[in-house]
Amino acid sequence: MSFNNPNTNARIMIYGSILIAVLLAVMPIPQWAEPFRPDWVGLVLIYWCMATPERVNVGTGWLIGLVLDVLYGSILGLHALAKGLVAFLTVKLHLKLRMFPRWQQSVAVFVLLLINQLLVLWVRGAIGKAPQGISYWTPSIVGMIIWPWLFVILRDVRRRFRVS
Amino acid sequence: MINVLGWTLRAPSVVTRLVLVVGMSVGLMIADYKGQHLERIRVGLSIALYPLQVLAAVPAALGSGAVDFFTTKNTLQGSNAKLHEENLALSSKLQQYDALEEENNRLRKMLGSAARVADRALVAELIEVSNEPFTRRILIARGDRDSAYVGQPVIDAHGIVGQITQILGSHSRVTLLTDPGHAIPVLVNRNGLRALVFGTGDPDELRVPYLTSVADIREGDLLVSSGMGGTFPPGYPVATVTKIVNDPNESFLEIHAQPVARLNHSKEVLLVWPGAGKKTEKK
Repeated sequence: MSFNNPNTNARIMIYGSILIAVLLAVMPIPQWAEPFRPDWVGLVLIYWCMATPERVNVGTGWLIGLVLDVLYGSILGLHALAKGLVAFLTVKLHLKLRMFPRWQQSVAVFVLLLINQLLVLWVRGAIGKAPQGISYWTPSIVGMIIWPWLFVILRDVRRRFRVS
Repeated sequence: MINVLGWTLRAPSVVTRLVLVVGMSVGLMIADYKGQHLERIRVGLSIALYPLQVLAAVPAALGSGAVDFFTTKNTLQGSNAKLHEENLALSSKLQQYDALEEENNRLRKMLGSAARVADRALVAELIEVSNEPFTRRILIARGDRDSAYVGQPVIDAHGIVGQITQILGSHSRVTLLTDPGHAIPVLVNRNGLRALVFGTGDPDELRVPYLTSVADIREGDLLVSSGMGGTFPPGYPVATVTKIVNDPNESFLEIHAQPVARLNHSKEVLLVWPGAGKKTEKK
């Protein structure tokens, strides 16, 4: 395995960033901060689906979702389905998303995260474990707010390591 | 283009992939919800992903380690003195308790009912708090080897914490009282009124539905486990009633309660085997 090979480099960068996102998603944080934790995995997945749809795609989203299901202990397939769908929508819209000004991109990302949460809410409602309260939705709002910064960081990483 | 054994296949389109993925997810969810077929797969995957969980817990462990390291001698002495005081108070209470238990069993014998049996308990360390938003679950370091079982009650020093819902090899997952999918049968300690306590997903909030406005329940009432349903042993504190809203338009009271156990503070919990402890001696 050579680190000068751009293909290997790209894989390391993509899966490394996703790994960090998963760790941030399951890291224990104080109870009061819980509603403000954005969906790191969703955000990073959206970025890579938008920037490199040939590499990161519906299948990748599904696998990451399955990992989340196991780590969260939720019903198997729930987050897998949600993340697969988000990846699909992002890949379908990636050309438009790339053209959007930054704030508009944020709004689109907000909608994608909401779709993700809505799907999770439906399934959990169907099996009788629906969370109540408005604070269920704050992670998407936080995600929308941090998107521009995350975008810049991941874009710089992508350019430095010439991932395409 | 993919080449498989001389056949040239086009890479599947995005829509095909979506259809595949949706099919697999729905299949998985149904299999997981309807039966226990997936337990093995789940256990295998959790063991494979255990390093990730450990890695994610590192920052928090470092943080509390640093706090421990910088705790001053003064603070330690203070907390030691406080613990000593508490210990004294508790031992004096325990003396009374022994006598009371004796008396209680004597009275029960006279009444002809079975003597209360002590429960066996085992300390379990908390590994991780599940962070799926709005579920309340924790991971503890006891599993198969310690003969923990699904449905086993878990308590702490103050009251009932929840029950084990998954055994994952050497650790297991506990669903807390406050999880939106959890319910526990209780009695109002003051008068024996039966009720159910449901979780809401909020860490400090429980609900007591299905009680009408004629029910004798007040703010401040202690709710203890009733032992009905067989999962939880009777007599452990569960929650205290914090607020009662009587809306004449609704058929039931809106009752808010707060868990007695310190769900967000404890680092250790106790697994309980109801009725497996040594029998109280009879004379």
